[in-house]
Amino acid sequence: MKIGVFVCHCGSNIAGTVNVGSVAEEALKLPSVAFASDTMYACSEPGQDAIIEAIKEHRLDGVVVASCSPRMHEPTFRKTVERAGLNRYMFEMANIREHVSWIGKDKDANTRKAVDLVAMAVAKLTQDRELTPKTFDINKRVLVIGGGVAGIQAALDCADGGLEVVLVEKTSSIGGKMSKLDKTFPTVDCSSCILGPKMVDVAQHPNITLYASSEVADVKGYVGNFNVSINRKATYVDWAACTGCGLCMEKCPSKKSRDVFNEEIGTTTAINIPFPQAIPKKASIDPEFCLKLTKGKCGVCEKVCPTNAIRFEQKQETAEEAVGAIITATGYDLFDYTRYEEYGGGRYADVITSLQYERLLSASGPTGGHIKRPSDGKEPKDVVFIQCVGSRDKSVDRPYCSGFCCMYTAKQAILTKDHLPESQSYVFYMDIRAPGKLYDEFTRRAMEEYGTKYIRGRVAMVYPKGDKYIVRGADTLMGAQVEVEADLVVLAVGAEAAKGAPQLAEKLRISYDAYGFYMESHPKLRPVETNTAGVFLAGSCQGPKDIPTSVGQGSAAAAKVLALFSKDQLESDPQVSVVDIKRCVGCGKCIQTCPFGAIEEMDFRGMPKANVIETICQGCGICTSTCPQGAIQLQHFTDNQILAEVNAICQQTPAQNLK
Amino acid sequence: MSANTGSELKIVGFLCNWCSYGGADTAGVGRFQQPTDLRIIRVPCSGRIDPLFVLKSLFNGADGVLVSGCHPRDCHYAEGNFYARRRLEVLKRFLPILGIDERRFEYTWVSASEGQKWKTVVQTFTERIHELGPAPKLDQCLMERAQAMAMAV
Repeated sequence: MKIGVFVCHCGSNIAGTVNVGSVAEEALKLPSVAFASDTMYACSEPGQDAIIEAIKEHRLDGVVVASCSPRMHEPTFRKTVERAGLNRYMFEMANIREHVSWIGKDKDANTRKAVDLVAMAVAKLTQDRELTPKTFDINKRVLVIGGGVAGIQAALDCADGGLEVVLVEKTSSIGGKMSKLDKTFPTVDCSSCILGPKMVDVAQHPNITLYASSEVADVKGYVGNFNVSINRKATYVDWAACTGCGLCMEKCPSKKSRDVFNEEIGTTTAINIPFPQAIPKKASIDPEFCLKLTKGKCGVCEKVCPTNAIRFEQKQETAEEAVGAIITATGYDLFDYTRYEEYGGGRYADVITSLQYERLLSASGPTGGHIKRPSDGKEPKDVVFIQCVGSRDKSVDRPYCSGFCCMYTAKQAILTKDHLPESQSYVFYMDIRAPGKLYDEFTRRAMEEYGTKYIRGRVAMVYPKGDKYIVRGADTLMGAQVEVEADLVVLAVGAEAAKGAPQLAEKLRISYDAYGFYMESHPKLRPVETNTAGVFLAGSCQGPKDIPTSVGQGSAAAAKVLALFSKDQLESDPQVSVVDIKRCVGCGKCIQTCPFGAIEEMDFRGMPKANVIETICQGCGICTSTCPQGAIQLQHFTDNQILAEVNAICQQTPAQNLK
Repeated sequence: MSANTGSELKIVGFLCNWCSYGGADTAGVGRFQQPTDLRIIRVPCSGRIDPLFVLKSLFNGADGVLVSGCHPRDCHYAEGNFYARRRLEVLKRFLPILGIDERRFEYTWVSASEGQKWKTVVQTFTERIHELGPAPKLDQCLMERAQAMAMAV
């Protein structure tokens, strides 16, 4: 076998701390290496051309590129060797950037390590076999999880592209956080006026099936063929019959139910429709507060309902949907502001969150759009906004910036002045982060046109004094302590990963970071893809985002799905398990351990044998390490290949030549 | 690296592609400096790791073996790391029976976002192996045993 080794400088990324030339020289001494050279940028066009040229000139059978992580450029170079006429699996990568040059400064040690990694790749490559992918049919339906603005956008774009869409929303209406907002920055557009029509489009689109009050219970399968179980929670109302007239809400005697839509400012009726523009506009019953469900008597809604839609006996149901791709748009939740005890959130009635304040501003909110203090219903005169509550603070394990709080605080300050011209707003901030189109101009307007007083510094404490509150903090620009009398304190709470995000990630088999935000495939170049084929991300589930970015990501994820579904068949990865019939004893252990049901028993001349269904096999190799016979081998990661790598490190020591 | 001022030792790492290999990449991208003793072998899943790979490494002259996969419940293949955990735990207890110091073997869970954790894992494990020193070489032991037997005869 003739192998070519190409050692990449990656500019100075690798060559800065690895002697690239001597890595190539040492590689040439390895058995079966027929050609070795160093190259400035292996992934560049001249770099790739040089590889192709060398393959042709030296009649190479396989190629090793020592450069960055295979997670980055393995697909690139596979295409390169394919262009030169080789099978794309006759290729290995040695990761001498992320695993060598970037993590150590000792050039000699790095060079030795790089030489070893190249030797390992060569050892593995000598046992690589040509592999050919199979094709399989795909189900061109898409599941969108989460009905916020990102999910709505993704669902509409997919549906407009001709795909059947299943949209699953946890709460009883789509709309997400955006539907709770009164206005949006920096245009001060009415939020429900721009979101509402989109929500109606979802309801009316012939290609969209909407499951509200539902959650994804289980996901089986793989790209092109997922099977999803959806739990449809009991709403105690037959939604097919309910017309959303709201008569039940008027008559319901139990008025202490948690008003989640209004961020629990006040309470609502046990049977309710969360807000006038809700989609679907259907009533549901809160079983904790319904008198009929808790005490067995009442049933007023049943009597008044003109369509007899009330079903007290309703149980949770499970729906099954088959889809080919999944877009996750599960959004974010708010930081628990009561953790900052010094601000008194949760203890003082007039210390509220920014989203609660948004509901006070909203004409469809609990106060009808009049700003009233929750404690006594009076109009506030001095409103203090405290920024970065649960953002950029290591002490509460939220070191990241939530991104949009500076902007919505400026918006709320402007709206406060609009609603109450006599009022005065104060903003305690750390830095103003307004890096969007017309964003900085907007915060300037809040200060200059609307007279909002911005005080740079953290608040130390909030305490009541009479019917007012004293906000004490530092003004770091003045170098002085300041005290502001406030009628209302609004905490700009940061975003955190949605509750249950890790649990959903486990079902989808995608990764999440330390805070529960989902991991994209590449932070720069694959922002809406995950490392699980067929699963895409949109919106704040990947990290805090404002509305334009979320909408952009929703469209981006939809575009990815439409591109994926542009073919009728997908190619399966041929790095799958293969059974050696002669060695297989038919014990069936691999069938039991396979997480995908990709192995079946077959009859071979009267004897039971294992058989791998290639298009279902995902290439984990669990069967290979389970088989007592070594009869089932994961292609490209066979026992012999991994042991060859072990031997390259342990026995043969090319690095010692350098000493 | 302080642990490395002496001569390098041979440490073999088996990392799953989806989490820990990604975590090691993240550590690299973040330029988290690490000792250079470790050589990483990429496998699709920690469930692909046959305990024999670890033993082969240790028999053939590795001074330490480090295995890392996705956190339990986060496996890209749903349940591969559960199989890995059972196998590797049994292996760890079995090593002393083979005359191998079990401290030369460790398994851990590092996700693709945990670059900082990966650095700590590598640093701690490398320091531990350096404290243990080079592994006793099998052929040398055999030679001594053979000599002793020869003397007895």
